[in-house]
Amino acid sequence: MLRYVLQRLVSLCLSLLVASAVIFLALEIVPGDPAAYMLGLNAQEDTLAALRDELGLNGTALQRYGSWLSGMLHGDFGISYTYRTPVAEMIGDRLWVSLPLALFALGLSCLIAFPAALWAASRRGTLGELGVMGMTQLGIAIPNFWFAMLMVLIFAVNLRWFPAGGFAGWEEGLFAGLKSLTLPAVALALPQASILTRVMRSALLDTLGEDFIRTARAKGLTRGQALRRHALRNAMIPVLTIIGLQFSFLLAGAIIIENVFFLPGLGRLVFQAISARDLIVVESVVMLLVFAVILVNFTVDLAYAWVDPRLRGRR
Amino acid sequence: MRRNLILGTGLSAMFAGAALLSFFWVPFDIGALDIANKIKPPSGAHWLGTDHFGRDILSMIMVGGRTSIAVALVAVGIGMGLGVPLGLAAAVQRGGWLDEGIMRANDLIFAFPSLLIAIMITAVFGASAVNAIIAIGIFNIPVFARLTRGAALGLWTRDFVLAARVAGKGAVRISCEHILPNLVNLLIVQGTIQFSLGILAEAGLSYVGLGAQPPVPSWGRMLADSQTMISFAPHMALSPGLAILLTVLGLNLMGDGLRDLLDPRLQRGQR
Repeated sequence: MLRYVLQRLVSLCLSLLVASAVIFLALEIVPGDPAAYMLGLNAQEDTLAALRDELGLNGTALQRYGSWLSGMLHGDFGISYTYRTPVAEMIGDRLWVSLPLALFALGLSCLIAFPAALWAASRRGTLGELGVMGMTQLGIAIPNFWFAMLMVLIFAVNLRWFPAGGFAGWEEGLFAGLKSLTLPAVALALPQASILTRVMRSALLDTLGEDFIRTARAKGLTRGQALRRHALRNAMIPVLTIIGLQFSFLLAGAIIIENVFFLPGLGRLVFQAISARDLIVVESVVMLLVFAVILVNFTVDLAYAWVDPRLRGRR
Repeated sequence: MRRNLILGTGLSAMFAGAALLSFFWVPFDIGALDIANKIKPPSGAHWLGTDHFGRDILSMIMVGGRTSIAVALVAVGIGMGLGVPLGLAAAVQRGGWLDEGIMRANDLIFAFPSLLIAIMITAVFGASAVNAIIAIGIFNIPVFARLTRGAALGLWTRDFVLAARVAGKGAVRISCEHILPNLVNLLIVQGTIQFSLGILAEAGLSYVGLGAQPPVPSWGRMLADSQTMISFAPHMALSPGLAILLTVLGLNLMGDGLRDLLDPRLQRGQR
């Protein structure tokens, strides 16, 4: 097991290194000089040079890549070109919106998907199953930002149960914070819950054909009991993979939903930073999100090997 | 299930047909502004109502469908055109440096949050339908490469491939003449799914202003325009949203139906 963990760890570090190089190179070819962008069209050449020097834009690409990388390893993500505040601080502030939003959406997604999948799997071939599967088809096909707009119309404009946008801030209390994240979380959770329901139902049905389920049924368990006590645990491997993938997607993929609800999250930060040519912020946030995805995949790999020792020998 | 295939094909064909028809005929000219008739709810003259410039929403949806469908279709083409040869090559050299390189590069692309990178590409190189195609297409490449490699690896162990090798055929010829034809069904099904994802992605990009630019209409752009008016003109948001939903639903059902039809192992309704 130790050898497997070390192998995965080396692979994790290599992936991160390559990813950082790709991100840096991609933004190197971006047209436009951040210093010129900040100072405007009438900037003097010497002012531009001074600002470039201050922002660390002089020097070769390799030097800049090196200092960016070593800075990140020390938790120093640099200073934002537009806001003149440390990027790490900005990311920290935005994480307080994005992380709870992703967790809230993931929780909702599991809360919907688990009972729905169990229900559909235990009623194979009935109208109920057809109904659940039909709903998941709709959930996957619906554009989540449109669904968000419809929810705003119903629950914010007409019923006035939730705010139409913005974030109250955690200092207003847990309830106020959660209230402003509820509609965005539901909009994000709906497609994820639909995918999870389909994967889980399918995994449950696969497990139901196994011998140990037949044994459990022979011992007198009903189909539902066998499903909950024996099939559920064995069906969890594909479900955990999807949950892992969904978490990283929710963290990064909320960019459009954050725009619908004007939420000050990571996605919106990147979006604003791209428009303002604030490349240091873009680089750092994208790197952080890629790091999150790679780390989640790494954890899922380790969890597999721990659950199923046969996987340790394979790659 | 044939029901899925018929319903899905019907829905997709309806929107594709409307988009095609818009090249020759639309109920109203979408370039002509009619401010006197702006934000009118559905009526006999304008079946889906009019927008904030008085343009007919049905005509806008017909023309907007062209953008969505073209972007998604070309993006699938890019994914298939590059991903399938890469996957075939990786399968030929199983375990070799090419295979390793291609698969690790694929892992890397998968590690990047696709929507974020698509937004970055379009924002950096300028918002346009062409850049949206490239941004969506890049993420289709690993999907097709991985699918092709996986399926091709299985085929390389089969007797008919062995026979072809004994007959003296090279790896490229075997890949083209024997492996690829056996993958067509799989690729059609995956192509349909990626097509529907492409439509959703294009709508998302246009919604945040990074897809096709005005005056070219697109479904996502129409939704963005309707957002501030949703409280007094919900019809402006309903129609483009439904167009996206029904097109994607149709394509997904068609993909499911095709998979059931083309994969005999699933025909007895195992799932």
